[in-house]
Amino acid sequence: MKVLVAIKRVIDAYVKVRVKSDGSGVETQNVKMSMNPFCEIAVEEAVRMKEAGIASEVVVVSCGQQNSQETIRTALAMGADRGILVQSDAELQPLAIAKLLKGVVEKEQPELVLMGKQAVDNDFNQTGQMLSALLDWSQATFASKIEKSDGKLTVTREIDGGLETIEVALPAVVTADLRLNEPRYASLPNIMKAKKKPIDTMSAEDLGVDPSPRLSVVKVSEPPARQGGAKVGSVAELVEKLKNEAKVI
Amino acid sequence: MSDYRAPIDEMRFVLQEIAGLADIATLPGYEEATPDLVDAILEEAGKLAAEELAPLNQPGDIAGSQLENGVVRTPDGFAAAYRHYVDGGWNALPFDKDHGGQGLPWSLAVAVQEMWNAANMSFALCPLLNQGAVELLQAHGSPEQKERYLAKMISGQWSGTMNLTEPQAGSDVGAARTRAEPDGDRWRIRGQKIYITYGEHDMSENVIHMVLARTPDAPVGTKGLSLFLVPKLLPDAEGNPAERNDLRCVSLEHKLGIKASPTCVMSFGDSEGAIGFLIGEENRGMEYMFTMMNNARLSVGIQGVAIAERAYQQALSYARDRLQGREMGSRDPDSVPIIRHPDVRRMLMTMRAQTEAARALAYFTTASLDRAKADPDPEVRRHQSVDVLELLTPVVKAWCTDIGCEVASIGIQIHGGMGFIEETGAAQHYRDARITPIYEGTNGIQALDLIARKIMRHEGKPALRLLEEVRATQAKVGQAKGAAFSALRRGLDEAADAFEQATGWLMETFPERPQEAAAGATPYLRLTGTLAGGWLLARGALAAAEQIDDPDSDTAFLEAKIATARFYADSILPEAVAAAAAAIRGSASTLALEEDAL
Ligand SMILES: Cc1cc2nc3c(=O)[nH]c(=O)nc-3n(C[C@H](O)[C@H](O)[C@H](O)COP(=O)(O)OP(=O)(O)OC[C@H]3O[C@@H](n4cnc5c(N)ncnc54)[C@H](O)[C@@H]3O)c2cc1C
Repeated sequence: MKVLVAIKRVIDAYVKVRVKSDGSGVETQNVKMSMNPFCEIAVEEAVRMKEAGIASEVVVVSCGQQNSQETIRTALAMGADRGILVQSDAELQPLAIAKLLKGVVEKEQPELVLMGKQAVDNDFNQTGQMLSALLDWSQATFASKIEKSDGKLTVTREIDGGLETIEVALPAVVTADLRLNEPRYASLPNIMKAKKKPIDTMSAEDLGVDPSPRLSVVKVSEPPARQGGAKVGSVAELVEKLKNEAKVI
Repeated sequence: MSDYRAPIDEMRFVLQEIAGLADIATLPGYEEATPDLVDAILEEAGKLAAEELAPLNQPGDIAGSQLENGVVRTPDGFAAAYRHYVDGGWNALPFDKDHGGQGLPWSLAVAVQEMWNAANMSFALCPLLNQGAVELLQAHGSPEQKERYLAKMISGQWSGTMNLTEPQAGSDVGAARTRAEPDGDRWRIRGQKIYITYGEHDMSENVIHMVLARTPDAPVGTKGLSLFLVPKLLPDAEGNPAERNDLRCVSLEHKLGIKASPTCVMSFGDSEGAIGFLIGEENRGMEYMFTMMNNARLSVGIQGVAIAERAYQQALSYARDRLQGREMGSRDPDSVPIIRHPDVRRMLMTMRAQTEAARALAYFTTASLDRAKADPDPEVRRHQSVDVLELLTPVVKAWCTDIGCEVASIGIQIHGGMGFIEETGAAQHYRDARITPIYEGTNGIQALDLIARKIMRHEGKPALRLLEEVRATQAKVGQAKGAAFSALRRGLDEAADAFEQATGWLMETFPERPQEAAAGATPYLRLTGTLAGGWLLARGALAAAEQIDDPDSDTAFLEAKIATARFYADSILPEAVAAAAAAIRGSASTLALEEDAL
């Protein structure tokens, strides 16, 4: 089974994100970037499938600027076989990415597309679902366990209040949740090998997709600063405050 | 304890602009070290250091290594982390390719080594000692010995140790008494070694001891020491660890710091004699040791840089969080984070500038190791080896480790009372740092090595070459604009003049009054380090000023490089002048008070 993994380059999870002074977005210049953590989990799962003899080839694809190549290299160092960069300098929204991925899927003909359930930059949680709709493939989101048996996948999903196990026919789009696995650290020999693995570059035009944004951002602002706490003298005072000041009871 | 994040931007900058890694990557054998590979390696090593090793640092300090029935148990998590480190292939990074090494430059290895040590110095000591053992074997082992041991030691599956010290033989290794007697084509080793780092532990499958011992009728002193390879488990015909050798760890030392690193008293040959294999020729053990000691000294210097970096990160994060007092000259009644207080800023800048200077010198010196090894031109190789590597190795060892202790101490000061409380973690850095000026040749011994072997033996030439290099950079600093460069111009001029004078004093004094020259050795080394650090920060500032106009550059980072160099020039370079005075004038007064009167 050939597996395509879609990965996104985002601001590193440890960076303190700053809003641009004009409110048009967040500061990304000279900010440390990394692979979206959920995408890392998706790559790990695909590499494990390859190691277990379930996947025949693992191809990673990223849509974004030229420097997304570095993120692709990270996935190659984890064990993916080759990479595809769909290069675009424009802002890419979930629908555009889903359309671009659809184009790649048509070229590559994988049986399974693995991706993160969402990216930590915008927390959209849309691209996987959109892609499955565009392809008219089955989907399984928020996966915490994936098993393959004769042409089908059994996927355990994390849902509110518990786990749900479903069966999906292949081909399918599956999005990874946090507990699916713990991604490995790339080994030094694999980092060195990754350098020699091929990365194809293509553009939105090559795939016949118009990636222009359909949503416009009105304003980006910092979340309100946390107010300091206060000590109350008694339970009665606490109840009074919750009722009349916080108005939550 | 605060988190550790590898300072990757800074490391990359120092590697490229100061160590000249791009040039090194053009040398035969090092072509793979392209900037994108270097970045990828720094990133991935940084993850392992931050996420796997750093969290074990404080628990490791609390638990310590424990000896039970001759078996040393390292703290929880260490063995698993070591397995990840070995499985990740990290141990093989700088070693030659013939036995499974990756053959990458030492200058890259040094940055990665800084990460392991900053994350967890106790852990990093195991690979550090192994590295020395591997180099010994690579340089002097027989083909059969290499075949048998190297691949497993390079991968890290087996770890190596260095066994020099005995109760009566510390700085004076030549006083060692451990004996070796021939037994067919092998030897029987008997004696006691002390302070053996990772002499016994549960992280690797086998421990390969490199032991200095005396054969029958060997001459006294260092000229009578031979080097033996003594495995804990003797390999069988297939090379797998099998029979237990007659050696054991009899006790572990209780220490001020690096508590997770087992410091073992090793007893060899309590019964039938430990089986050992002679490396190279008899009586040349000390000479062989020196091939690896240079490198190990650089590694210990790196530990100084690493601890300084860790202490700085921790102090900086505390200084941003801790609210105390009001801002000087402000009427605002609210408390401010202590980072607003000028004296705290002074401490932070001192930590930062010293750390950056030490890193610059350590990486620069390590780069000369690659050049001395791989440059096709024999004259370049000689120059890099004698005028840079040999001259600066004792300076890196002593000056960078002194800085490690000083910076860790300032780190505690920034925390106030909390710095003295163990829970915070600042104290651990200080305790851990404190060994670095002692082992691998005390800093006092390094200073003697600098003046005697590195300078006097070459009639002062390496020191004069360094001075020429500083003055060549000064010419460029003189043309650069801005407050930082005028500060550097002045600071470097004064320090370079002081170095010239002190070197003149040394050349004159050493032959006539060696006692006095020796009394001035430590201030002279301090002077050399302070000047060389300032020189390299100036080179960094020049490179930063050149890049800053590029619209894609990280302006904030480059401005910080320049500002830090300026602070160093104004506040730290003047210490060079004081150190020169302490060497020139202080050397006689050091000895003026009679021994009995002390
Ligand atoms: C935690 C730890 C780990 C260690 N790991 C190892 C290891 O793995 N393998 C190993 O073989 N050893 C190891 N050592 C030993 C270490 O290298 C020695 O402690 C060190 O070389 C100093 O020797 P000493 O302790 O005998 O001090 P001494 O030699 O007694 O020195 C005492 C003082 O006198 C000064 N001094 C001594 N001689 C001179 C001189 N000629 N001129 C000027 N000053 C002098 C020294 O600078 C020092 O200040 C370790 C030590 C420790 C504490």
